[in-house]
Amino acid sequence: MPDLGKYADAVLAAYGISLCLLAAVIALSWIQSTRMRRRLEEVEGRSSE
Amino acid sequence: MHLSGRFLPWVAAIAAITLVAGLFWGFFLTPDDYRQGSTVKIIYLHVPTALMAINGWFMMLVASLIWLIRRHHVSALVAKAAAPVGMTMTLIALATGAIWGEPMWGTWWAWDPRLTSFLILFLFYLGYQALWHAIDDPDTAADLTSVLCIVGSVFALLSRYAVLFWNQGLHQGASLSLDSQQHVDNVFWVPLVICMCGFGLAFLALVLVRTRTEIRSRRLQALLLRERMA
Amino acid sequence: MIAVLTRDLKLAIRSGGGFGLGLAFFLLIAVLTPLAVGAQSDLHARMAPGILWLGALLSCLLSLDRIFALDYEDGSLELLATSPVPMEGLVAMKSLAHWIVTGLPLTLLAPVLGIILALPAEGYFWLVVSLALGTPALSLIGAFGAALTVGLKRGGLLLSLLVLPLYVPTLIFGAEAVRAGTSGQPATTALMFLAAISAGSAALLPFASAYALRINLR
Repeated sequence: MPDLGKYADAVLAAYGISLCLLAAVIALSWIQSTRMRRRLEEVEGRSSE
Repeated sequence: MHLSGRFLPWVAAIAAITLVAGLFWGFFLTPDDYRQGSTVKIIYLHVPTALMAINGWFMMLVASLIWLIRRHHVSALVAKAAAPVGMTMTLIALATGAIWGEPMWGTWWAWDPRLTSFLILFLFYLGYQALWHAIDDPDTAADLTSVLCIVGSVFALLSRYAVLFWNQGLHQGASLSLDSQQHVDNVFWVPLVICMCGFGLAFLALVLVRTRTEIRSRRLQALLLRERMA
Repeated sequence: MIAVLTRDLKLAIRSGGGFGLGLAFFLLIAVLTPLAVGAQSDLHARMAPGILWLGALLSCLLSLDRIFALDYEDGSLELLATSPVPMEGLVAMKSLAHWIVTGLPLTLLAPVLGIILALPAEGYFWLVVSLALGTPALSLIGAFGAALTVGLKRGGLLLSLLVLPLYVPTLIFGAEAVRAGTSGQPATTALMFLAAISAGSAALLPFASAYALRINLR
């Protein structure tokens, strides 16, 4: 852990918020992607029967 | 779809590696600036996300134009997929800017031209996505949002110059011009470039994932429609 | 095209509600803002250009969805689309009609509201000129937003979300012109930008609006 001096709060908060937002958009995209893939497979399976 | 499926894991992996490496380098291995102290480390988040926020809109503009001219369906979906990612980038840039501004300028927010333009850009992203969600028919939605994107780009540029006219700001000039007289010291510059590549690739990977989701969604709708017809 | 214009004007006057409502809203904003910020009139004098411009913008917004919605619902928009009049001309005329029933009365009412907001005497000329130059752009941009959302069930809120960011440059230059004029600084640059936005919107936006309308009528 580097010594952040008196601005530690600001730097850590900036990294925290940014990584959270980035993680949120990644997670959202991932979840939507897997959900859509599953639904499509389900319907495709149904229609090929 | 097949091509993007083959590329996606690679893009995502390289994006993850460069992003982690760049941010790690920036956070742990760079010295503090003699005036800004450790807050200089925020630049590794702020500048790349700001860059991607603008590039994201530009990408939407190009995709919209391709859709309107060539009627290539995937490009409309790319524009749709890029919007939430671009908006997140705008939000990160705004948030990190505010956090950096508090100790440096003594205020979270100033009505400075660059900050104001970014806020306006955020509003444009918001309106663009709202229009996508409001229209049921996908082709109509693609057409109308494309028109909005093009007109919006013109007005976003106008706003950029209008706010410059309205208030000369606090924000420093570009720190990244290529001639090395101008830009920041190499100690900061190298990890910053890595972070920019990282965020760029992450943006690309996210847009690919989201576009694939949209394509699947289209296919799903088509299949459901066919089932109902049968 | 003239027929479209006179028809819209007649409809607006007969139905009454539309532009009277916009003016009342403008009045309300000018009355409510001093109530919200306190009774110091030097504060009002400084805020007056901004309040009046913001008020004009919001009252303009209020009647935007009526530009196309009524004609869309009763089907006359489709009739007009098949008529020999080009869609771009139709949009331009409808924007003009909207400006005559909202922008023009707002411009004329603004000096009166300037009095209750303690606008300094030098400001009135610039206020009227800037509104006269800027409100056409508001109507034209608004018509574009209305064309985008015409087919939607609850387009009103979405319309504001789409149109307000587009209003930013007009608002900045308009309020800036009045502010500069009031404090005795040269205001012509801002006015020229304002006129340029209006002229540019008049020249280009009807094409975008007509395109959006055609998509919505498909």
